[in-house]
Amino acid sequence: MTTSHETFTDKAAQAVVRATPEPLAARVRGLSDRAIAWLFIAPTITLLLAINIFPLFWAIYLSFTNYRANRPNAVVQNVGLGNYSRVLNDPDIWASMQTTAHFVFWTIVLQTVIGFALAYLIDRKFRGHAFWTTLILIPMMLSPAVVGNFWRFLYEPQIGLFAYAVSFLSGIPTSEIRMLGDVRLAPWAIIIVDTWMWTPYVMLICLAGLRSIPDYIYEAAEVDRASNWRQFWSITIPMALPFIMLAVLFRGIENFKMFDMVNLLTGGGPGSTTEVASIALKREAFEAWATGRSSAFAIVLFVAVFGLANIYVKILNRVKQR
Amino acid sequence: MLKKWIPLLGAAAVCGSLSMPQAAKAETLTLCWAAWDPANALVELSKDFTAKTGINMKFEFVPWTSYADRFLNELNSRGKLCDLIIGDSQWIGGAAENGHYVKLNDFFAKEGIKMDDFVPATVVGYSEWPKNTPNYWALPAMGDVVGWTYRKDWFERPELQKEFKAKYGWDLDAPKTYDQLKQIGQFFQGREIDGKKVYGASIYTERGSEGITMGVTNVLYDWGFMYDNPKKPYEMQGYVNSPEAVKGLEFYKSLYDCCTPPGASNVYMVDSADAFKSGQVAMHMNFAFTWPGLYKDEKVGGKRIGFFPNPAEKYHFAQLGGQGISVVSYSDKRDAALKYIKWFAQPEVQAKWWKLGGFSCLKAVVDAPDFKTSQPYAPAFLESMAIVKDFWAEPSYAELLQAMQKRVHDYVVAGKGTAKEALDNLVNDWTEVFKEDGKI
Repeated sequence: MTTSHETFTDKAAQAVVRATPEPLAARVRGLSDRAIAWLFIAPTITLLLAINIFPLFWAIYLSFTNYRANRPNAVVQNVGLGNYSRVLNDPDIWASMQTTAHFVFWTIVLQTVIGFALAYLIDRKFRGHAFWTTLILIPMMLSPAVVGNFWRFLYEPQIGLFAYAVSFLSGIPTSEIRMLGDVRLAPWAIIIVDTWMWTPYVMLICLAGLRSIPDYIYEAAEVDRASNWRQFWSITIPMALPFIMLAVLFRGIENFKMFDMVNLLTGGGPGSTTEVASIALKREAFEAWATGRSSAFAIVLFVAVFGLANIYVKILNRVKQR
Repeated sequence: MLKKWIPLLGAAAVCGSLSMPQAAKAETLTLCWAAWDPANALVELSKDFTAKTGINMKFEFVPWTSYADRFLNELNSRGKLCDLIIGDSQWIGGAAENGHYVKLNDFFAKEGIKMDDFVPATVVGYSEWPKNTPNYWALPAMGDVVGWTYRKDWFERPELQKEFKAKYGWDLDAPKTYDQLKQIGQFFQGREIDGKKVYGASIYTERGSEGITMGVTNVLYDWGFMYDNPKKPYEMQGYVNSPEAVKGLEFYKSLYDCCTPPGASNVYMVDSADAFKSGQVAMHMNFAFTWPGLYKDEKVGGKRIGFFPNPAEKYHFAQLGGQGISVVSYSDKRDAALKYIKWFAQPEVQAKWWKLGGFSCLKAVVDAPDFKTSQPYAPAFLESMAIVKDFWAEPSYAELLQAMQKRVHDYVVAGKGTAKEALDNLVNDWTEVFKEDGKI
């Protein structure tokens, strides 16, 4: 009965029919294989449409209106591109985008450099390396809510261990080390926490990259009397680069929408110093209740992330093909 | 096939009909409020309601940080979670105009509940929309106002009194003016008391919800800040950003810079009370609801604590807190919810409410001859409630609040720009909101 034209789903549907007890199979027999296949994927498709696709289209629709979720009885009017124009001309929103860019750039730089360095060390397979790997991975296993809360205590100028350690090393009084309350230090405070938490993740991906490099390439390089430095730059980095780039992509997307940790640590403050785009969006949507405008803001963010990620993936593919 | 189900359906129907009278008896009302000390007192108080009516009470308490988000979402989505809600005073405009609350005028008239029996400021603040019109959407439930506590035991130390008098030329006591408040703050800032470094004052600086606005307005009113032209509503230029208001905001920043503990850049009710309880500060700004708990505190309560109302400057006001209790219009148990309000309005219930730790707004309670002596904080509470002023209670209050949070936090805590620029920008933000609302 089977032909080479049959799809995998057709085969799967037939297998299900064969495995189904007689009364049900009898009823199912009336349906085509394609119908049965649809029957099985329908719940997933329905959920996807309800949870992802519909809200996206709904948000696009709302972004062209003056709808406010806290005014259910108000007349909803079409405002054309008004919300988009306002979002793109709002200096506060651009300030939040700058804050996000600062945060994303520095966290990626630090996490990539430290993460790769750690992966390189762990890859040496020294004695006890499994123990150290586990230890390094712990921060990434914690909940961001927990991390945010305990770093808030660590940063406390009067009782915090961080302030105490910095004071001990630098001689600056602890009361002067206001990591979360000082406009110059607060952006770095959240960068430090994010780096502490997510560097292990970058390390894991880099480690996978390093372990994927075949030993014979290094052996050939040694035969050619290539120095360790030369091997590092000509073999290790180029061959691990797709993995590093993948880690950068993941962390970039994650940090572009960073909310929980910043919200817990600074709430966007002091003033608006650490108000990243997601915090600004939340304020617009659920504090100012400007649903239409915040939908436009969300679409702008979505397009920006989607566009940048697409360009990046194309570059990544080119690097992989080299 | 159907035959199989008939006996089962029959049995279910019999069980259902048998249990119906019981279900009616065991009706349960859900009351939504913030998770704080007075809420615990209300749980205790409501046991009497259950005993009297047979109606069970269920409580949905949410921490202050997510209180507005959670319940405004619930109301906006026309949810049926809450039958009764003790909503913040600023919600009244939106809740009334969007049909979230049941209008209570007819009910009050029928049950003989008179708004004249309640403290006038609480009726305007918690019940009326539009303001100063006899349209009632809530019963004043929990009177609250921003005031101050101070470390009486420190203030009474002879060596400190002597040093203070020599330095400032007046006796160290609860301040009556802002200059005095600041001098006390400076006096205690960084001082070592009992081997511990202490600081001047804890004030509101929180960015996320409403904290810094409540603190700043509390001070600004006294310097001359007004929301709009009393003769021309929504005309804000020269009122919100008047030279006096600018001075007031500059004062608040100077108080933040000179006299608060290090790192106090995101402080609201809980953190402020914690700073006082841990013996970090000599004075602390907070809503009066925290006073019973602080008075009972083993380390800083009793004889060690004193209470005083907001100091005065050109004017004398204090930021209103507190809430009214409303019936949610989407509730299926409206009659039972109204029963609760009728019960809660009774003078004996209100007297017990005050005794348990709630702040009654009923005149019969607060004007009682023994009220002032009933608790050490009662005089400061009474004096403060007589001078209250509230933030906008417009339907767009959330946007108005968010704008103020940003502008004043940027200036006071982050030190961006000047006080004049902050208030000028605030006028622009608010003007835009009212224009969108069609009010300008």
